[in-house]
Amino acid sequence: MAAFASALRVLPSPPAAVPRRLRSLVILYGGCSAFVSNFSSPSFLRTGLYRWWVYVVSYNLIVVRQDRFSMLLVFTTDALEPYISKRTVELHWGKHQQDYVDSLNKQLATSMFYGYTLEELIKEAYNNGNPLPEYNNAAQVWNHHFFWESMQPEGGGSPGRGVLQQIEKDFGSFTNFREEFIRSALSLLGSGWVWLVLKRKERKFSVVHTQNAISPLALGDINNSIPSINLCDDIPCPLLLQPLINLDLWEHAYYLDYKDDRRMYVTNFIDHLVSWDTVTLRMMRAEAFVNLGEPNIPVA
Amino acid sequence: MALRTLASRKTLAAAALPLAAAAAARGVTTVALPDLPYDYGALEPAISGEIMRLHHQKHHATYVANYNKALEQLDAAVAKGDAPAIVHLQSAIKFNGGGEAKSRPPYPFLAYGFLSFFFFVLFIAGDAGGGGSEELGGEGGGEPPHAKLGWAIDEDFGSFEALVKKMSAEGAALQGSGWVWLALDKEAKKLSVETTANQDPLVTKGANLVPLLGIDVWEHAYYLQYKNVRPDYLSNIWKVMNWKYAGEVYENATA
Repeated sequence: MAAFASALRVLPSPPAAVPRRLRSLVILYGGCSAFVSNFSSPSFLRTGLYRWWVYVVSYNLIVVRQDRFSMLLVFTTDALEPYISKRTVELHWGKHQQDYVDSLNKQLATSMFYGYTLEELIKEAYNNGNPLPEYNNAAQVWNHHFFWESMQPEGGGSPGRGVLQQIEKDFGSFTNFREEFIRSALSLLGSGWVWLVLKRKERKFSVVHTQNAISPLALGDINNSIPSINLCDDIPCPLLLQPLINLDLWEHAYYLDYKDDRRMYVTNFIDHLVSWDTVTLRMMRAEAFVNLGEPNIPVA
Repeated sequence: MALRTLASRKTLAAAALPLAAAAAARGVTTVALPDLPYDYGALEPAISGEIMRLHHQKHHATYVANYNKALEQLDAAVAKGDAPAIVHLQSAIKFNGGGEAKSRPPYPFLAYGFLSFFFFVLFIAGDAGGGGSEELGGEGGGEPPHAKLGWAIDEDFGSFEALVKKMSAEGAALQGSGWVWLALDKEAKKLSVETTANQDPLVTKGANLVPLLGIDVWEHAYYLQYKNVRPDYLSNIWKVMNWKYAGEVYENATA
């Protein structure tokens, strides 16, 4: 938590004052690991830090530091044992993700995207399905960060009330959702990601999988229409697919621990690792753009 | 099924056996997991025995088993006269046998089964010092071809080293899972380096392309040994490449 607070001090200012194009790269996280087990713990919420957290998540200013950058891992490398080994986290976070970060930083040194926030970079570099060279690295940095945040030690179990209600509404039951998540993960061929997303237009949860580095941020929705970025100058863009959970299905994510048994890996993720607390926070954020229920006008 | 004849003495696919037996009783020609013509450890240190065992017994065997299952389903569909299912399965199986369609194969394991087979038995030279490659003057694989293929490589890529560099670079740059190929265009008699995503066979890149060599860059092909350093895998794999096979295919195709 201490690392968290010190990291937050370097935030430029509250959301409204953040320029759309940050000309200098934002240093948000230091290169240390902190242990934050529960984002929705009472003390955390009391501090009001969660507002910052939501802000951080929504702006994704986590990107880039030109010199010695490394992403914050919100838990220690052995925190996900026995489901994901220390060795795997060390390689996955310390090597694979670091490679993406390094390559992106290298590209940004001479790129027109220098100074973009990561979300914007991903959307624009996706270029309506004709990705520019920065796309893969940027999307993979974002995807991995989102992935680590999607987990917590002693995770799994049952979602919080609001999330659970929505899951029951859209999948019938939590068991159905779990089955669907596993089925979707297993039917992805090759490398990629499986996601729980909130579809803005349909106002419902959905499980989707994407190939390699493809991110729902860029995808828009099924017909691939991307919201005009001009519509949302200083607020986070209302995405058509709001990601809530993702799981890395590249073989490097599980091969050392599970070999070819992807089913066991996915099952352990959903049963023991997924952080429903994070999902609750992400859903809070998403609900700023999606009205999930009937409008409830308070009586004066 | 061509694979049937190529499949060797005994099969390691215990899981596939009951299915195969049941299918054989009903006259369906299934495939068996082919034995490797060399030991799992034969490619060390370039590729560890552990990787070869898992790749063959787990990944490859699963694809073979699923392939047989698809054949079974086809047989059942034919017996039942379920026309839509027949069309669906037949096109899938045809595609994966090197067929025509540009669309994604709905039965990916089929193609992958074939690719794995090529990878193990044809593209990789196998037992160091053996595999009939002595006449190429080296241990097992890795010794570049001297005959017509050698000339063609010099002509199309500048030098053998340039080809190795190009294939390694394209393999390292490939996002996600897939294959990198040394391909021959039968019509133009020209060599090229191609990459395909996931399980896609080389024909998806051009109807005239014949594979001479293929390198599997799915992470399961190297992760236990090389971890995130795919370039090291790609530089070491050249030590076990089966240039004898590539040379023979080249000569036949250009003859």
